[in-house]
Amino acid sequence: MERYEANREARTVILDRLRTALDDRPKPPPVRRAYRRERPAGLDVVGRFAERVADYEATVLRVYDAQDLLSAASDLLREAGVSRLAVPTGSRLAWLTRLGVELVVDSPPLDNDALGEIDAVATGCALAIAETGTIVLDTGPDQGRRALTLLPDYHLCVVRADQVVGTVPEAVARLNPRRPQTWISGPSATSDIELERVEGVHGPRTLHVLLTG
Amino acid sequence: MTTSVRREPTFVGMPPFPEAAHAELANDVQRANLRAATHTIRAKRDAVVAEVPDWELLRRAGEAIKDDVLAGLPGYLERLEVAVRAAGGVVHWARDAAEANTIVVAIARAKGVDEVVKVKSMATEEIELNNALARAGIHAWETDLAQLIVQLGEDLPSHILVPAIHRNRAEIREIFVREMGRFGRPAPERLSDEPGALAAAARRHLREKFLRAKVAVSGGNFAIADTGTVCVVESEGNGRMCLTLPETLITVLGVEKLLPTWSDLEVFLQLLPRSATGERMNPYTSMWTGVTPGDGPQEFHLILLDNGRSDVLADPVGRQALRCIRCSACLNVCPVYERTGGHAYGSVYPGPIGAILTPQLRGIAAHRVDAQTASLPFASSLCGACFDACPVRIDIPEVLVHLRAQLVDGERGPRDRAEEVGMKAVRWAFEKPWRIGFAQHVAGVGGRFARHGVIGRVPLPKRFTGPVSAWFADRDAPAPPAESFRSWYKRTDGGQEE
Ligand code: SF4
Repeated sequence: MERYEANREARTVILDRLRTALDDRPKPPPVRRAYRRERPAGLDVVGRFAERVADYEATVLRVYDAQDLLSAASDLLREAGVSRLAVPTGSRLAWLTRLGVELVVDSPPLDNDALGEIDAVATGCALAIAETGTIVLDTGPDQGRRALTLLPDYHLCVVRADQVVGTVPEAVARLNPRRPQTWISGPSATSDIELERVEGVHGPRTLHVLLTG
Repeated sequence: MTTSVRREPTFVGMPPFPEAAHAELANDVQRANLRAATHTIRAKRDAVVAEVPDWELLRRAGEAIKDDVLAGLPGYLERLEVAVRAAGGVVHWARDAAEANTIVVAIARAKGVDEVVKVKSMATEEIELNNALARAGIHAWETDLAQLIVQLGEDLPSHILVPAIHRNRAEIREIFVREMGRFGRPAPERLSDEPGALAAAARRHLREKFLRAKVAVSGGNFAIADTGTVCVVESEGNGRMCLTLPETLITVLGVEKLLPTWSDLEVFLQLLPRSATGERMNPYTSMWTGVTPGDGPQEFHLILLDNGRSDVLADPVGRQALRCIRCSACLNVCPVYERTGGHAYGSVYPGPIGAILTPQLRGIAAHRVDAQTASLPFASSLCGACFDACPVRIDIPEVLVHLRAQLVDGERGPRDRAEEVGMKAVRWAFEKPWRIGFAQHVAGVGGRFARHGVIGRVPLPKRFTGPVSAWFADRDAPAPPAESFRSWYKRTDGGQEE
């Protein structure tokens, strides 16, 4: 392919230029990773996570048993006026069928237009980070593909207490770069107009988090 | 060394910094917006940085990781290429803007599209991709709210992170009402100028474009050499839309954007959000590695862009500018930027980072540059606030002084003019008490210098006399007593009488 050939030449030239530019053989000092990698001792990570998520104006509810979970979820969905709820494939979110909303399973995959017409989506997560109030999705079992948590206007995310890590380094160490990831910290937001924060631009405008266990 | 013609001819016809600065200073709206904006972000940034006890260690790690990347850049790029290919992506190399644009246009044509959606990216602005696409009959829809405002207003961005910072809500409302209908879904008739309503209008206007688009173009904040993973950090979700919905994704990445390993992200995902928007974490960060069957774009093109970066790398002092992660913290603390705004810098990279990066990208080390470019290294009071704020510890004052010396030494620019106009720019920004109101903020040029240990390192060409030597001589003295910039400036009539 012609374009590919031209490309090869550019590649050679760029790499040559860069090598020439480094003729002085800079020897940077070694990277010292003396910063904190683990959570501070004694930190209640789950409590901290809840606090930090709430700082982003996202609702976070802590529930301790299955009964709690059901009633909290149905309260949240009712308040948000959700009637159709998209869910990823798999059985871990099967309990949602007991909420009285219509579940739409993403199998076969819904097309984008159809997905955009659904009010809400519910998922689990890969892990969560206490210090930054972040939820990480990596398209694992109860999370679905990326578009699923993007087009509906409301996202209910269930986080198990044992999924919460303390710090960003702890999270990075546990994640697999081969999986597409979405790190979510509060609802989408912009401060582009006079720096006034507006919640909800293109992603889900509402993020509710249920913290279990 | 190989020097091709790879100018960065953005903002055509822009006057040199001082003239532009003068004009911009006359714009009251902009000045008020800018001041409010930079001060707000600054306060937020300071608060979230203060809660990180190991911030300095993170900065040092960030600096060291980036220096390691730069020192081994050719090898890291080759590794990245292998990893991206192994994950199903296609890697292209572009020596300059024209080459990068040609590749994007060719891919879009091959897909048969007449439009692409875009995530805000400095690299694509630097290469003026939108113009190149337009010439090929392809619309590029900017999807970042501020970029949309800039694009619809036929305007120029003025800040790295909040490009429409120079517009207030009433102006934005007017632009939306007037322009949206020309390009897609119009704004509602009774649109208010409340930011929430304006954002909602943008959501509706852009949604149909996201759902329809077959090709998206993005930049990237980081790319991991080991794994081929690319990372985009954003707030609004327009990035996720572009990175997830279209069938084909094209990412234009400056060659310096690499990180060696996946775990290096643990440093940068702490440094960037806190420095940029003053948040513990930005709302959305997307990461992908090549293509993932059944999820997201099934065709991924990564364009590795040189466009002057290899020239920057060749300068042992100047190369630290390539550590930049485009957080814009240096803009927000810069007293000159606060007064002149971003447009005065005449480049896609405004503020302190622009003052050191743009001249280098335009080849100041190798050949003469135009008056506008030559004036940039003088667009600073050297107060050092930018260095303190920089998450990767770029010593911007050091590079500024180095570039000034290059200009003078190598006769790389219309030097008299550059020097004189540069100084005038700073004077315009500072001379009037009503413009300043913070004289002490910039206190003690000499003191700051001494602290950074720069004084003895200014290479002073002996043969220069007059304004040029005066400018340097003041700094070459053994640690001058702390004196505010304004008083120094006043006393010496802008360095003319020292
Ligand atoms: S120079 Fe430093 S502070 Fe300025 S944008 Fe780049 S990384 Fe941020």
